[in-house]
Amino acid sequence: MQIGIFSVGDVTADPTTGRTPSEHERIKAQVAIAKKAEDIGLDVFATGEHHNPPFIASNPTATLAYIGAQTERIVLSTATTLITTTDPVLIAEDYAKIQHLLDGRVDLMMGRGNTGPVYPWFGKDIRQGINLAIENYALLRRLWSEDVVSWEGRFRTPLQGYTSTPRPLDGVAPFVWHGSIRSPEIAEQAAYYGDGFFHNHIFWPASHTAQMVGLYRQRWEHYGHGPADTAIVGLGGQFFMRRNSQDAVDEFRPYFDNAPVYGHGPSLEDFTAQTPLTVGSPQQVLERTLSFREYAGDYQRQLFLLDHAGLPLKTVLEQLDLLGEILPEMRKGFAEGRPSHVPDAPTHASLVAAATAAEAAIAGGEES
Amino acid sequence: MTGVVVVSAGLSVPSSTRLLADQLGTAVERAVSARGAAVEVEHVELRPLAHSLADSMLSGFASGDLAAAIAKVARADALVAVTPVFAAPCSGLFKTFFDVLEQGVLDGRPVLVAATAGTARHSLVLDHALRPLFAYLHAVVVPTGVFAASEDFAGSDGALTKRIERAAAELAALLPGGAETAGAERGPRRDLVEDRFAAPVDFEQLLREAGGDSIR
Repeated sequence: MQIGIFSVGDVTADPTTGRTPSEHERIKAQVAIAKKAEDIGLDVFATGEHHNPPFIASNPTATLAYIGAQTERIVLSTATTLITTTDPVLIAEDYAKIQHLLDGRVDLMMGRGNTGPVYPWFGKDIRQGINLAIENYALLRRLWSEDVVSWEGRFRTPLQGYTSTPRPLDGVAPFVWHGSIRSPEIAEQAAYYGDGFFHNHIFWPASHTAQMVGLYRQRWEHYGHGPADTAIVGLGGQFFMRRNSQDAVDEFRPYFDNAPVYGHGPSLEDFTAQTPLTVGSPQQVLERTLSFREYAGDYQRQLFLLDHAGLPLKTVLEQLDLLGEILPEMRKGFAEGRPSHVPDAPTHASLVAAATAAEAAIAGGEES
Repeated sequence: MTGVVVVSAGLSVPSSTRLLADQLGTAVERAVSARGAAVEVEHVELRPLAHSLADSMLSGFASGDLAAAIAKVARADALVAVTPVFAAPCSGLFKTFFDVLEQGVLDGRPVLVAATAGTARHSLVLDHALRPLFAYLHAVVVPTGVFAASEDFAGSDGALTKRIERAAAELAALLPGGAETAGAERGPRRDLVEDRFAAPVDFEQLLREAGGDSIR
């Protein structure tokens, strides 16, 4: 089980002080948070991608490479990579490049995650969001798996005898997750390719997450990748904790009430009841997180959103300290009752091993 | 069993909007029964859902009583929609409910539109606000709309009652069990998210469509 954090890189005023961090502060804060994530023993740090204010989340590969140079162990990922508006040729190059630089310590999560006005800046149309995600990803896979690609499609200029460089590290492409909140087509896409499926989880009720994950698992089995409970599932989550749960509620409430996504809407109490948001003691966060399995099944990756809504860096780092304290219990809880045939999330090492085993099987088949 | 849901957006308790909604509900019940169909009329009042509606606009999902009300409307065979008029068109609360409905939910569904106002000078709300709204939602609006100003409730000529009866009969005629449409299926429905979960489109087809000329 991988446990980590993801950051969308929003620049939001702290509602308790009215102070908005500068872009520079926020960019450096994201790096500090990623390094802290490794320090407390988390497995994954993922950054979002946005091309409009109030975000500092453009150029994610520069961010990940910079973090990667200052960390040793943590897997670096995206949440999400904009497969709709980014040229798949650039994604193929950029992520193969950091895969080499980081010795395979990288994977990606594809998402459409954009608002209408952003698409035309990149020559695209939001109404084609699903079709773009499907065609661009189909091309991306070929660019990584085939050395020379000739391709013609609907959304970009044709390629003739094109080789994407560098080639993926050890001939194995980075593992890909597909993120979607409510589009069954994306769960279908993840299942078809045997890729991971990540549900954002934090904005919507659990019943909805269960429905999306259920569809993905069922279609994973349908496409012959194995039993439904071996599908590769990731979930988002968010919490705010203090040792005393009432302190957590009091401190977090102004951030919640003014948060860009759900602020000025449901009450903190309603939202915590309706969605996975947990505001309380470390024990409450631990128990709530371990309960996600009840509707998503045993899964592979849990990412929390911590640095958002204007929370100052100091507070985010304190949240990470508290998460570090309950991390051993969380890992123990996730391991409890987990069937042995439920796989871990693929890593570069496991994908290389699988590719080597597959080659050996083919060679063995040829010999006999 | 034919299910009819009466959505009303009155604010005071009791409101003239709810009063009209009750009369319409009773008339529709009578008209559908008269055509030999079993019918159940349920009311959805939007006033208690006002906070949930605002939350739903901001959070993107409905929960609790609002989710139940939306499900009720989605299951209904026909709708009676009654709005008060404050500043010219339909009330904001009324419109918000239809704003948060998923597209396709009312496809081909018979709808009776009605409104109340303090003055008869608002009577065009039915034709200038409600008919375009339900046309956009692909619903089938019956020819007679029911508008009731304060003076209609005071009137003793029975004109309001006549309009109510006439509109209810028109709605009943569009429902299965009505003589003209006995056994008729409801019109084609748009693809709802629920349906796509129940019967996912195979990815090979999605791949073909992506490269074709579809919009998705």
